[in-house]
Amino acid sequence: MGIKIKSMDYEDFNDNDTLEIFKKSGGSILMSTVDSLINWGRSNSIWPLTFATSCCGIEMMAAGASKHDFARFGMEVYRATPRQADVIVIAGTIVRKMAPVLKRLYDQMADPKYVIAMGACAVSGGPFYMHTYSVVRGADHIIPVDVYIPGCPPRPEALLYGVMQLQRKIKAESKKNRTESRDNFI
Amino acid sequence: MLEKREIILGENEPYIINMGPQHPSTHGVLRFELSLLGETVQKVVPHCGYIHRGIERMCEFNTYQQIIHLTDRMDYLSAHQNNEAVSLCVEKALGIEVPERVKVIRTILSELGRLASHQLWWCAFGMDLGALTTFFYGLRDRERILDIFEESFGSRLLHSYICPGGLMNDVHPNFQKRIKEFIPYFRKKLPEYDKLLTGNVIFHERSKGVGIMSLEDAISYGVTGPSGRGSGFACDIRKLQPYSAYDRVDFKEILYNEGDTFARYKVRLDEMWESLKILEQLVDQIPDGDFTAKMRPVIKLPEGEYFQSVETARGELGVYIVSKGDKFPVRVKFRSPNFSNLFVIDKLARGHKIADLVAISGSLDLVIPDIDR
Repeated sequence: MGIKIKSMDYEDFNDNDTLEIFKKSGGSILMSTVDSLINWGRSNSIWPLTFATSCCGIEMMAAGASKHDFARFGMEVYRATPRQADVIVIAGTIVRKMAPVLKRLYDQMADPKYVIAMGACAVSGGPFYMHTYSVVRGADHIIPVDVYIPGCPPRPEALLYGVMQLQRKIKAESKKNRTESRDNFI
Repeated sequence: MLEKREIILGENEPYIINMGPQHPSTHGVLRFELSLLGETVQKVVPHCGYIHRGIERMCEFNTYQQIIHLTDRMDYLSAHQNNEAVSLCVEKALGIEVPERVKVIRTILSELGRLASHQLWWCAFGMDLGALTTFFYGLRDRERILDIFEESFGSRLLHSYICPGGLMNDVHPNFQKRIKEFIPYFRKKLPEYDKLLTGNVIFHERSKGVGIMSLEDAISYGVTGPSGRGSGFACDIRKLQPYSAYDRVDFKEILYNEGDTFARYKVRLDEMWESLKILEQLVDQIPDGDFTAKMRPVIKLPEGEYFQSVETARGELGVYIVSKGDKFPVRVKFRSPNFSNLFVIDKLARGHKIADLVAISGSLDLVIPDIDR
């Protein structure tokens, strides 16, 4: 049985195998029933942090605006402070001067917290991978990333797809494997 | 024995706080170090470098065709104008005359880019002052322009479309039709912008007489673009050193003399009308012909130093290339408009409240990756 998101078929998503393994590593039957209720609530109201370093931020704004409308996925409330946010969308390049600030922002967020790396720069350094001295080659050098969205910049539809993938991940997780993935991050 | 003392912060001596790097109204990762007395701003020290990606250094390892992909990412809201600046500089160095078709299409793209940029600025500025509705209205119209871009170039924001010698490929057959549809649509929608924000009493209170920049300040700080023209500084490169097809179109350089936040706002709104006027004149006059001049696959600039400036949506962008006759430049320097526009903020914000600082920095229309490069 797959995880249902907004009347979209299970087979329409990619990377279902990883999610199945993730789901199997959950806890007991009682716990998983409680978890599924909690996860249903969590996955449908993910509040993002207003955090945009460069170009991808404009596409993130476009995703929140009239045409693409983030609000359908319970994500419309942009929070200006990390203490009220659930997900941090890293929209843009992370440079060495910004890296400690990003770490601090992540630490200030309350659990459960999720990270979406949006755009080539946040995934791997992107166009700024070569010949530069200041760019961190991927935000996952600093904080653990849940969903990667490639593109330079990704279209708003790509961001929406990434958000749906994050919702599926939240629906599959239990308390045990959520803390595990964080602890394994160095 | 401990003595009880009452200290009220910021009563007699300045109280230092940080605004940014993560702050919604700095439009990116800019950090202001504010020195406050109560709520009044005594001093603003902007700190750059939170998005310094070393683009100028990277240019030294890339060929001239590759450089344009980096300039897109500098000022991402004026992507076409940034590409055009590098392309014009390389063409000037090689002594190449591009076809008429290229010149007209470049001008059209620059104006479309300016419109999209000003729309985004308008909705972000409204949001800074607490008017959330502007966000939805502005981006609704902006999507129409992005659709035109997407049809021809395949991307919405960063196109890398204008390249040395001409254009990457020819425009889509629907290009003219779509622009002709867009012009009457936006002419109808622009008065809505006035209705929503320009005539609003709260907006007037927040913007009139706030952050007055004198003409002398604008010139001495090198504030160009709409921010400079709001202080009466005639600095439009399109008029002073016409490039591409700007010498044959009829448009007005918008000048206001008040120099406050409201004047800078009015300049941008009026510029949108002028951009529509330019588009209307050029859209029927795209001549047939090649979309690129004859170019060698490897561009080697002759030894020397070359400079070219264009008018982006934020001011004068200058590109300075030093070549030693190789296929890579020895040094590339960008005179980016935002870097010059930023540092006047200390002068403007002194004596105002923190809330006014947000209005002032919003009216300067800063794009942070263009400051840090």
